[in-house]
Amino acid sequence: MVEVTDWIEGRRRIADPGQNRDCKQKGGISPIMKRLLTPRLIAIGILSALLLLFAAGCKKKQPAPPPPPPPPPPKEEPKPPAAVIRSFTAEPSTITRGQSSTLRWNVENASQVVIDQGIGTVPPRGERIVSPSDTTTYRMTARSAGGDAVAAVTVTVTAPPPPPPPPAKPKASLAERIAREIQDIFFDYDKSEIREDARATLQRNVEALKSILNDFPSAAILIEGHCDERGSAEYNLGLGDRRANATKEFLVQLGVPADRLKTISYGKERPFCTESNESCWQQNRRAHFVGVQ
Amino acid sequence: MKRHWMVVAITALAAAAAFTQVQSDIVIRLTGGARKVIALPDFRGAGASAQFADVFNATVFEDVQRSGVFTMAPKSFYPLNAPQQERDLRTPSPPQSPCGGLCLADWAGAPVNADYLGFGYLGEQGGRLVAFGNFFNTRLEQPSSARVFTKVYTGELSADGARKIAHEYAADILAQFGVPSLVGSKIYFVSDRQGKGTKEIWVMDFDGSNQRRLTHFNSISTMPSISPDGRRLAFTTYAKGQPQIMMYSTETGRFIPFRNSAAPTNAQASFTPDGRHVLYASSVSGYMQIYIAELDGSNPRRLTNTRAIEAEPKVNPKTGADIVFVSGRGGLQQIYRMNMDGADVERLTNGEGEASNPAWHPEGRHLAFAWTRGYAPGNWNLFLMDVASKETVQLTHGQGRNENPSWAPDGRHLAFCSNRTGSYQIFTMLADGTGVRQLTTEGNNWMPVWSK
Repeated sequence: MVEVTDWIEGRRRIADPGQNRDCKQKGGISPIMKRLLTPRLIAIGILSALLLLFAAGCKKKQPAPPPPPPPPPPKEEPKPPAAVIRSFTAEPSTITRGQSSTLRWNVENASQVVIDQGIGTVPPRGERIVSPSDTTTYRMTARSAGGDAVAAVTVTVTAPPPPPPPPAKPKASLAERIAREIQDIFFDYDKSEIREDARATLQRNVEALKSILNDFPSAAILIEGHCDERGSAEYNLGLGDRRANATKEFLVQLGVPADRLKTISYGKERPFCTESNESCWQQNRRAHFVGVQ
Repeated sequence: MKRHWMVVAITALAAAAAFTQVQSDIVIRLTGGARKVIALPDFRGAGASAQFADVFNATVFEDVQRSGVFTMAPKSFYPLNAPQQERDLRTPSPPQSPCGGLCLADWAGAPVNADYLGFGYLGEQGGRLVAFGNFFNTRLEQPSSARVFTKVYTGELSADGARKIAHEYAADILAQFGVPSLVGSKIYFVSDRQGKGTKEIWVMDFDGSNQRRLTHFNSISTMPSISPDGRRLAFTTYAKGQPQIMMYSTETGRFIPFRNSAAPTNAQASFTPDGRHVLYASSVSGYMQIYIAELDGSNPRRLTNTRAIEAEPKVNPKTGADIVFVSGRGGLQQIYRMNMDGADVERLTNGEGEASNPAWHPEGRHLAFAWTRGYAPGNWNLFLMDVASKETVQLTHGQGRNENPSWAPDGRHLAFCSNRTGSYQIFTMLADGTGVRQLTTEGNNWMPVWSK
């Protein structure tokens, strides 16, 4: 236990060691010094000084009144520290038009932080996403009574590359052209005569065939003859031949070059449809067009 | 011994004929008068051979039964004992007294009523399977005079070996009645079992065993035919694009050059009976027509000259002098006949329905063919025709589609294709439409061609 005399309050109290430690840390003044600086001594000092001043005044004889003391300087408050811009960045600093960049800043001691380019007052610490359309320099002014600070970052905006030219229209393959532009024709049972509806179809096919053969000068058109499942496989091989050949002859008459048309009979070997009913059989009694390079 | 009853004549198909409206007295006589009754008590096996007795007995029974020559005596009527070797046979003493199966009279009398008795046993000798086969006429009392033959057969000690010697024993029985054995004969056919949309040529034994693939084009290979000596196989294939004929050696397994005409289609090759020429269908002219050429395809000559489809030429195997074929010259496809030079064309089918797949009987007097007469288009049934009289008899009756008849070398069996099971499969039957047996099950199978 340490006994401490509290001179200011003039009474003694017992301080606990914690308070004692606290006292030491705060004041760092020894008890002896405290004793010297008692209020009583201070009062004596001040009185002595006043007496000295009075005595000195008494010594001089009616001199010209001194000019009035200059007015006291305006009461000066303690000067605050100057503003400091710790950081002000744009990330990324280069963008292409339409993209955005993030401004980040960290300002200390500022009473007001302003960024130009229409952003205005911002908090001392923050970020803002900007999407300038052209290269732009952002200026930051951090104001403080102790001194302003200014910083700037530039976001460089590069123009996006011009759009590529529209892709060249892909050239349709031979197979695609035929699938899109040429229609198969259909036959009656055990017949290879070109039906009325097939004539119309073939007449429509002719121009497309000529165009395709023109665009693919090394290609030929293979006409496949197909049959339904009912005739014998052997006879149907001949019937498919007839259907393909009749189709070819019709197209040649309409001006499609004969040497560009080939035929093959599949008989009933490659049906388009495998059910045993008339709608399926009709699907299989056909001349089908295929491109060969 | 005179086999008078095996002469190709006519009857047996009276039952089948009853289905047709044609008053038919045609057709191939499969049996002479009443069928002989045969009893085939099971062989028993000694030692290591015992495990193969079932295979042996089943094979013998089936071969004899499917020949169509005999009535098989019901096994349940057999006497308790059966002789296993000739010395087991006894003569009844006193005469007429039963001896429990060891007298031939026990088999000849009621209820078995057998005319012939086949018996014997199996044994193992030096690691080989041995069958001691006997065949006796039950109507003769003395075993020594009743003996038709006694013979020893040897094969591998395996199920295959048992089947082989069973086929041989059955063949010897059938040979006594002039019935050629089918053992060793092959059936070529078309199958898609290796991939839908593809067709390859296959071959199997006459009973459906040993099925194996011959072509590997991964394409459509179809319409096989076989040369008379069985050494050349011709077929039609899309392996090179447009359908063409290819020739294949069944001996070497190699392809033999064949010159196809420049035509969208060359197909359906068949051989002349002398094996020196090939007939085929080709669309050289724009219409599929019939041609004859040398065996290598050279020197083609056109035999038909129509603006119609002419297909499936088949030369009479007996005479070598006339060709049957299918033509659309009169409308729907029908079967026609012409001379080897293309002259004297006559229609054989009567114009009803559609007719296809003519197949000459080996004797050259009858055709088996497919016909839709009486059914909707596409619903084929098999018929027989006497070419001279053009009379027909129907063999199948609407059980699915039945096509592609091909005669067995014995002239008594037909292989054909039917979808009666839901998919296309190959069957065999006797030429009277009985004894139907399915040979294939995997994938779809078509166009059997029965070869020696």
